[in-house]
Amino acid sequence: MRGVIYVLTTLAVIGLAFWAYHENYKTQLAIKQSETLQRQIGQARARLAVLRGEWAYLNRPDRLRELAELNYDRLGLLPLAPEQFGKVDQVPYPSQKALRLPVGQPVDVMATEDRP
Amino acid sequence: MIRTPLRPLARILDARRKGENPDAIERENMHRRHEEMRGRARVQAEGRLLILGATFLMVFVLVGGRMALIAGSEPSEPRASAAGASIRAQRADILDRRGRILATNMETYSLYAQPPQMIDPGHAADRLAAIFPDLEREALIEKFTGKRKFLWIKRKISPEQRQAVHDIGDPGLLFGPREMRLYPNGALASHVLGGARFGREGVHAAEVVGVAGVEKKLDSMMRDPARGGEPVRLSLDLTVQAAVERVLAGGMTLMNAKGASAVVMDVQTGELVSIASLPDFDPNDRPGVSGGADSPLFNRAVQGVYELGSTFKIFAVAQAMDLGLITPESMIDTKGPLKWGKFLIRDFHDYGAEMTTSEVIVKSSNIGAARIAQQIGVERQQAFLRDLGLLDPVPLEIIEAGGSQPLLPHRWSELSAMTISYGHGLSVSPLHLATAYSIIANGGRQVRPTLLPHQGGPGGKRVMSRETSAAARRMLRRVVTDGTASFGEVSGYAVGGKTGTADKPDPQGGYYEDKTITTFASMFPADKPQYVLVVMLDEPVETTGPEPRRTAGWTAVPVAAEIIRRIAPLLGVRPEIEPAPLADITLTSSN
Repeated sequence: MRGVIYVLTTLAVIGLAFWAYHENYKTQLAIKQSETLQRQIGQARARLAVLRGEWAYLNRPDRLRELAELNYDRLGLLPLAPEQFGKVDQVPYPSQKALRLPVGQPVDVMATEDRP
Repeated sequence: MIRTPLRPLARILDARRKGENPDAIERENMHRRHEEMRGRARVQAEGRLLILGATFLMVFVLVGGRMALIAGSEPSEPRASAAGASIRAQRADILDRRGRILATNMETYSLYAQPPQMIDPGHAADRLAAIFPDLEREALIEKFTGKRKFLWIKRKISPEQRQAVHDIGDPGLLFGPREMRLYPNGALASHVLGGARFGREGVHAAEVVGVAGVEKKLDSMMRDPARGGEPVRLSLDLTVQAAVERVLAGGMTLMNAKGASAVVMDVQTGELVSIASLPDFDPNDRPGVSGGADSPLFNRAVQGVYELGSTFKIFAVAQAMDLGLITPESMIDTKGPLKWGKFLIRDFHDYGAEMTTSEVIVKSSNIGAARIAQQIGVERQQAFLRDLGLLDPVPLEIIEAGGSQPLLPHRWSELSAMTISYGHGLSVSPLHLATAYSIIANGGRQVRPTLLPHQGGPGGKRVMSRETSAAARRMLRRVVTDGTASFGEVSGYAVGGKTGTADKPDPQGGYYEDKTITTFASMFPADKPQYVLVVMLDEPVETTGPEPRRTAGWTAVPVAAEIIRRIAPLLGVRPEIEPAPLADITLTSSN
């Protein structure tokens, strides 16, 4: 009886020792992975900061203005001016009646008709 | 436990037989029993003390050992902690009000040398001089072969330069990581941002400290690790700032001015949307301190205090209206010249014997303003100007704001009161003027100029009544519609404002004949102002006419009008549009 207990205890100790070593190595692996990740995050952040700086540098107003002037032929960009603002009621909407009717032919719609 | 009886029968009987006192036996036994009890208690107490002592010893050894361990070991990052240990820049970014970057950090390298480890100083010096044209070969060789054990070669180098130096392959040339401050927009808002430099430098890291502007004023905040690198957001708007600087630079060139500044302020909160001073500089490559008031480092909008001329007249008029001394229709005596002691006050033109208060502002009569100031008196004028913030330095979040102390007359006499009413004898910065005009524009409440959004707000002390402020605004509007600032009309935006032309004081005494400071302090839209714009030009000359013109109406006003035309749509101020002719008939089909 006692011998069986001794054998069982020894086996249990061996088993636990194996388990403990196993966990230890798993933990070390996890730490190593997390360190790698942290380093990658750090590098990504540094790269992000550089990219942000570069984005800001490429989008600096001076450069955009020069580009807009260089490409005036194609883009026709001008500074925003008060004349470019409009009111909603300046937009001629199609009248509600015309929308509801099942029309197949083109019809005349007075823009002034249903202006609010 | 078997106790020994105190009176053992055998011994008692024996003693009785011998005629001894049997009580002695009892005593003896009692004594023995007590001895025994004491011995036991003592052993117990000793045992407890021992355990206690051992415990204390263990704890002390533990604490001491841990201390020794901590003291003796290299510090290391907690590696296994689950929380994402974020790697942050040591200095917070600066953003504009919409989150665009004004200042950020870049990783770079510094280059240093350890001459004792160098193998071939001559070759290294040759190659270094080729990589960095500003280094001299002879000087480098001298340094490398001297007694020095360590020297900095370059504070900041680019990755390409680093590779090139790496390719030299000399073990005595070493790199240290650096974080440098980058201002991607160049000279834009340079006076606000200021600049940064390296503070204490080590091989592995260097402090980045602010040298001017917000960088210096908010230095501790930007470097505070507790903020976790959270960026500092300013109330400036990059687009508006760019437009203002662009137009201002153009205006400065056209008007042949040697300097210019502009301030755009939100009238309700005191937030500065744009503040510019020209000439400016690139904070990435900040020039050395030199030149005083003509240096590009000098911030004319904040540090520069000038006599701003007639722009002050509205303060005298507003105060007199607020006190009930005059109404906009009151007749003011403007017969000139006004003589006060030896001093003569003249107008630009002769405006006749009298005119209404409104016309004093619209035509800009010095005599009229002086008469009104006489009615107000010295004490009340001082108190009012102090309430407008014109007598103290501006509390702006840049380090230069401390240098904005207005120049007051030594003795504030009645004559001073009269001259100050039309803007002479009191020197303030354009930012002071913008703050005071914001108070008129927002209905009479004090505002605090600020660069940080959502700091200030309405609800400051009331300086003048709502009605006075409205009346003053109507007068300022009339200055533009039929007064001295007729070039200030911008279609869609009802601009109101006041011009100011002041001769520059000569350091030798008196005033220059041909050097002026011209100012236009304006607000838009005049009926319900949202923004105040102050434009100031230093020594402008407008030369398109037959003779040079130096008044504000010809110089500062057109520049200000163009600025408003450009920035008002950017600021989201709705223009008043006359309805365009509608498209007549549209042909549509439903399918």
